[in-house]
Amino acid sequence: MKGNEAIAEAAIQAGCRFFFGYPITPQNQIPEYMSKRMPQVGGCFLQSESEVAAINMVYGAGGAGARVMTSSSSPGISLKQEGISYIVGAEVPCVIVNMVRGGPGLGSIQPAQSDYYQSTRGGGHGDYRMPVLAPGSVQEAVTLTQDAFDLADRYRTPVMVLGDGLIGQMMEPVDMEQASNRQPAADLQEKTWAATGHKPTQEAPRAIINSLYIDPVVLEQHCMKLQAKYDAIEAAECRWQEEMVDDAEIVIVAYGTTARIARSAMRKCREKGIKVGMIRPITLWPFPNAAIRATLKTAKKFLCVEMSTGQMVDDVRLAVEGQRPVEFYGRTGGMVPTVGEIVEKLEGMAGEPSAVEQLINQTTAALDQAATAAQETFAGFGSKIDAKVNDPAFIEKTEAFKQKTGELADKAFDGLAKGATLLGEIGSKAFGALSDLIGGNKNQNNNKEGNE
Amino acid sequence: MAVVFKKTNMLTDKPFHYCPGCTHGIIHRLVAEVLEELGIGETAIGVAPVGCAVFAYDYFNCDMMEAAHGRAPAVATGAKRVHPDKAVFTYQGDGDLASIGAAEIVHAATRGEKITVIFVNNAIYGMTGGQMAPTTLPGQVTTTSPYGRDTNHCGFPVHVSEMLSTLNGPAYIERVSVHDVPNIKKAKAAIKKAFTLQMEGKGFTMVEVISSCPTNWGKTPKEALEWVKSDMLPAYPLGVYKDITAGGDE
Amino acid sequence: MEKQFLIAGFGGQGVLLIGQLIAKAAMREEYEVSWMPSYGPEMRGGEANCAVVISDEEIGSPLVTEPPVLVAMNRPSLAKFMPKMAPGGILLYNASLIEDVELRDDVTVIPVPCNQIAEELGNQRTANMVMLGAVLGATQFVSADSLKETLREWLGEKRAAMLDINWQAIERGQALNA
Repeated sequence: MKGNEAIAEAAIQAGCRFFFGYPITPQNQIPEYMSKRMPQVGGCFLQSESEVAAINMVYGAGGAGARVMTSSSSPGISLKQEGISYIVGAEVPCVIVNMVRGGPGLGSIQPAQSDYYQSTRGGGHGDYRMPVLAPGSVQEAVTLTQDAFDLADRYRTPVMVLGDGLIGQMMEPVDMEQASNRQPAADLQEKTWAATGHKPTQEAPRAIINSLYIDPVVLEQHCMKLQAKYDAIEAAECRWQEEMVDDAEIVIVAYGTTARIARSAMRKCREKGIKVGMIRPITLWPFPNAAIRATLKTAKKFLCVEMSTGQMVDDVRLAVEGQRPVEFYGRTGGMVPTVGEIVEKLEGMAGEPSAVEQLINQTTAALDQAATAAQETFAGFGSKIDAKVNDPAFIEKTEAFKQKTGELADKAFDGLAKGATLLGEIGSKAFGALSDLIGGNKNQNNNKEGNE
Repeated sequence: MAVVFKKTNMLTDKPFHYCPGCTHGIIHRLVAEVLEELGIGETAIGVAPVGCAVFAYDYFNCDMMEAAHGRAPAVATGAKRVHPDKAVFTYQGDGDLASIGAAEIVHAATRGEKITVIFVNNAIYGMTGGQMAPTTLPGQVTTTSPYGRDTNHCGFPVHVSEMLSTLNGPAYIERVSVHDVPNIKKAKAAIKKAFTLQMEGKGFTMVEVISSCPTNWGKTPKEALEWVKSDMLPAYPLGVYKDITAGGDE
Repeated sequence: MEKQFLIAGFGGQGVLLIGQLIAKAAMREEYEVSWMPSYGPEMRGGEANCAVVISDEEIGSPLVTEPPVLVAMNRPSLAKFMPKMAPGGILLYNASLIEDVELRDDVTVIPVPCNQIAEELGNQRTANMVMLGAVLGATQFVSADSLKETLREWLGEKRAAMLDINWQAIERGQALNA
């Protein structure tokens, strides 16, 4: 299934029965699919007159207690920001899909990740956050879309599924059986707060879906309540994926489809002996700070790869707290970084140590080759030994063989010696660096004490 | 002691914040009474605008939503689609409905959205301090048309009822006024008809209520009501602009 | 094992379908697959292309920027993508539409007279199937049986009668370089 269609079906399977949206590339398959499917499941698809109207229809439907979704792409999401802010203020659960395209302005229609700031910093006016889920595959898009509805209901908040043109357009095998007829999470409460047009009771008094708190004292209380909710989300809902970070000296941080491209680059670098690992944030907010900090044990450098001019890189730097250099590689405007570009960047970052490692690798390879050649010759010799043991040429041949293996052994010995010398050099360099570092740390500590 | 007047249960006990002489209070009461009389009030869902009626959710004693500026018809659309059997209404002023929310109202109307819109037209932005509204009359002085509305410069007032009645979606559109008792009675009948047709699923219904704004018009309440009669009504003629049930009744 | 394909041509030549059938057939053999079309205004009558990756492990980039296998159904796509090919790759091009063109000598070149063979079979619309067969012959990305089953499934019951002619086209293509 195409990513867009998979997301739409996943939403329906998660009980979403209301969809309001407006056409914009590259997410059109979502409203198209919804327009076909919603009537089949007794739901409602409505093409609104604008994105502004769509998000407000979402506000109405969500405020009335329904599972509701809208989708758009960057310029349309900008139009929705006002509504999103109101939805946050009034604590209305809903799911918003953004299939990001190149910007600013009308921009392009090609994939981008340049709405990172907008999504993770709130986007609209006011003091708020919003969970942002960034799928890295079509299968994950299905799971995250469904999770988004639970998250939204659990915390009474809008939740954004942040994809890009690639995720939306790509076709991958999807296991929809697992996603089929997904029930709301067991912990979810009945929406007694919703404006369902109900007779007020003690448990469910008259509902007011509202974001206006004219008294600043009351608004501050409301904002603090929201903040407490965001703290709870940060504590409980942060998600990420780690790959090969155990011994990683360079840690890539990338999300969404960029993480897939970075993954290919990571594998290529590993083949070259460069110890690269990756942290892929699945929730962009809350951001996996702890997971990134945990890699500081081995990580010497970080590389943030994005389809933007560098937005998430700020969060990586905040997570690393200045303890390691954080570099950036990105393409923007709808351009997609290639595996080759990222490998080149990583090789550059690996720099000096990787060259040494490559020498060691070459030496090891030469040794392996020598051993294999010797083995092969032995094997060939062994199979013929019975037939030829009495052959007059036998003696001559064994002499030749002795000579050949002798040469190989000499070569191998040379290689080992070179390797050992190099290792010695590295060792002393490392020792030097280490003592520098210890000296430097001491100074830092002194400064700190001085400040206090 | 005989009860000669009883406030409708569909209004809360919260005192109105409206200025003296403002007709919002009357219009609120008419809507609330109609909701009660039709027996649809307790389960109604109202949508409040941005403008003077921004606190309408504090006054109407039913489920209420506060919409972003101009978006009430879209919000109501969402609510109505989820609860097609409930009475859903918006209560909007002229800036909210005819300016920033022009798109939302036109499209809710043309979709035949089964909601009732109470459109309060007082030809001015009240809450923000008397600026020119889309319905401000030619020559009318406001804080942003201090020399009077110059149609050459900023165009003509929007006639919402006339405009929307050209669409196929609306079932019922009437313009009423509340400047005197006979008109108040007519206004209530119109609101009742609108909600009745909504509940019958006939289509989009709207009642435009010509209102007064003594504070921002710079008039006494009495002068303001006279100005409604002398200036507003000629520009905004009262009457039924659309009624798909017409014929048999009249 | 990872195999990457880039299939390019005019919109309407069935290039997206070639890619989808490759992906679906590989899926049948339980490979990980991804299919990524070009999208946007150029889809309307202009150039169309899709990238297919099949792998026995989780797929990284779904994009194919240095195609090891390039299928060029028309001249503009050959001109656009041949320079990007990985050395040692396989270039299959539609020899019915592309003539007198300078080809790279560091890749295996397989000319496929798609339209000519399709015409011989009496159905011009099978030109893309001839190419699909040629891809199968050149890369053996799945077994012929898997591809046939995939095709049968794709045609469905309504178009079951079309299986024979399409399969003939695939076999003709396959025979070119089996």
